[in-house]
Amino acid sequence: MKKLVAKFKNNRFAEEVTGELFIFPYLLAFLVFITVPVLAGMLLSTTYFNLLESPSFIGFGNYISLLTSDDIFMQQVIPNTIKFAVIVGPIGYMLGFLLAWLLAQVQSKPRTILALIIYSPSMTAGVAMSVMWKIIFSGDEAGYLNAILLNLDIIEQPIQWLTNPDYLMTIMIIVTLWSSMGIGFLAMLAGVLNINQELYEAAYIDGMKNKWQEMFYITIPSMKPQMLFGSIMALINTFNAGSIGVQLSGQNPTPQNAGQLIVTHIDDYGFIRYDMGYAAAISVILLLMVYLFSKAAHRLFGERE
Amino acid sequence: MASFRGTEINPKHFHKSQIKFYLIIIPMAVFMALPIVYIFNHAFKPLSELFEWPPKFFVKNPTFQNFKDLFSVTSTTGIPISRYLFNSIIISLIVVLTSVVVSSMAGFALSKLSFKMKKPLMVANNIALMFVSASVVIPRYLIIEKLGLIDTFWVHIIPGLAIPVGLFLIKQFIDQIPNELIEAAKIDGASTFRIYWNIIIPLIMPAISTIAIVSFQSVWNNTEVSTNYINRESLKTFAFYMQTLTTQSNAVAGQGMAAAASLIMFIPNLVIFIILQKNVMNTMAHSGIK
Repeated sequence: MKKLVAKFKNNRFAEEVTGELFIFPYLLAFLVFITVPVLAGMLLSTTYFNLLESPSFIGFGNYISLLTSDDIFMQQVIPNTIKFAVIVGPIGYMLGFLLAWLLAQVQSKPRTILALIIYSPSMTAGVAMSVMWKIIFSGDEAGYLNAILLNLDIIEQPIQWLTNPDYLMTIMIIVTLWSSMGIGFLAMLAGVLNINQELYEAAYIDGMKNKWQEMFYITIPSMKPQMLFGSIMALINTFNAGSIGVQLSGQNPTPQNAGQLIVTHIDDYGFIRYDMGYAAAISVILLLMVYLFSKAAHRLFGERE
Repeated sequence: MASFRGTEINPKHFHKSQIKFYLIIIPMAVFMALPIVYIFNHAFKPLSELFEWPPKFFVKNPTFQNFKDLFSVTSTTGIPISRYLFNSIIISLIVVLTSVVVSSMAGFALSKLSFKMKKPLMVANNIALMFVSASVVIPRYLIIEKLGLIDTFWVHIIPGLAIPVGLFLIKQFIDQIPNELIEAAKIDGASTFRIYWNIIIPLIMPAISTIAIVSFQSVWNNTEVSTNYINRESLKTFAFYMQTLTTQSNAVAGQGMAAAASLIMFIPNLVIFIILQKNVMNTMAHSGIK
């Protein structure tokens, strides 16, 4: 029996099995709740499905009506999403890098405290966050922003910040930026801190003159992997924040669709109108957008052979 | 090195050249902290100060009244708030524990064991890093329904077990452990499981705490599960209850309670992060994507 066990231990087959055993629980969850939903979403997007009757195949029907007859999608949701993503993604990312870089220039104790403060909004993600901002931007005169502006005689009437289409998008962007210093920010901070000090010293001997040169010739190239990780996190953060407009205004669709992003458009069709096939088609477009953006990020920071 | 006048990253001492950095960081930090300082103040305001006009930022006579109100009010369906809190705590504990075990096992396998599916799995997980869960709500709903998980306790736990970012971070961290160490243990006759349990786990504590934080934050703050998959009120979470609190009541009195509730939401995140922050930074040093 002992011999058999020993033989089994040296067996390549045994190694194969242990490897698979260790990965199995993760793999199962990964397949069932990530891979299969993505594939099922793609399939579903080619059907008409209202949860009551079984799905009926309609080919590219959903995509065609999405692109040709969904006015809200083409005229508001897509421009809103692009505006939101282009502002929140890159600005949040650059801000994250800049803050990380600045923090690395100061001593460890104050840095830890400041980094904690800057990171803390990202912990409050979701509900807790919208409570605070809702009170601050509350539409009556008891709202903080209104009260301050009324006191300073800048406005005469309280402004309905969160239900006014003119302001909603701006507020969404500010709130999302405020909460976007998450894991990516921490990774970049660690990245700046871990760069070999001798690189800088050598560069200064070679004639490097100022902080900007330092940042672009030493810091960023030396931490490309963390920059890439940070950019992917910024990307996910941006698209996952998609329902912020609904959370803030408390309505889906948001007032005059001013804060309607792809994510809320999916919820609108999926969980309010129960047009699952159509919602799935919108999801596929969303996945495609995320994928394209991340390809761009890999282009910028990926290691080249 | 007297001639070197360049930057000192991570300086040991204060120098007046650092002032310019503080001048930029501190205002930013103040802006970031304002809403949180505000929530601390708001949660402890008595009714009279909540109604005060113009509203004051800081609390003058702090009181626990908002918390008392919060815990004495039961939701419209008759479920006491402690039930939601209890659900949230139990669910978070289970999710953190299981996701740590599941992803550290997977990370160990991907980093140190050899098996056929390894390469494609790594590629798949790296692609899944950019997975936006909002994009699959519909098919996910259908799968969860098919599995019979709707209205069960398990729907809070099982779907959240695979965290691509968590696996990625832990795998990067295990990559730093020298293979010789594992070879030596093998020669001494240690089984793979013993290597995982007695060698890998103690060495990767920093990465484990990071994953614990990541998964805790995602589950503790989660409202989607309660909104989409749970109809039975007694199975819903505190985060969900808070959401109903804020959408229903726009009254000033409700604001105090909402602030108290969001403080309860926020504090555990903060405390856990403060305790584990050294470990997190240690893990993040290996977070790069190559």
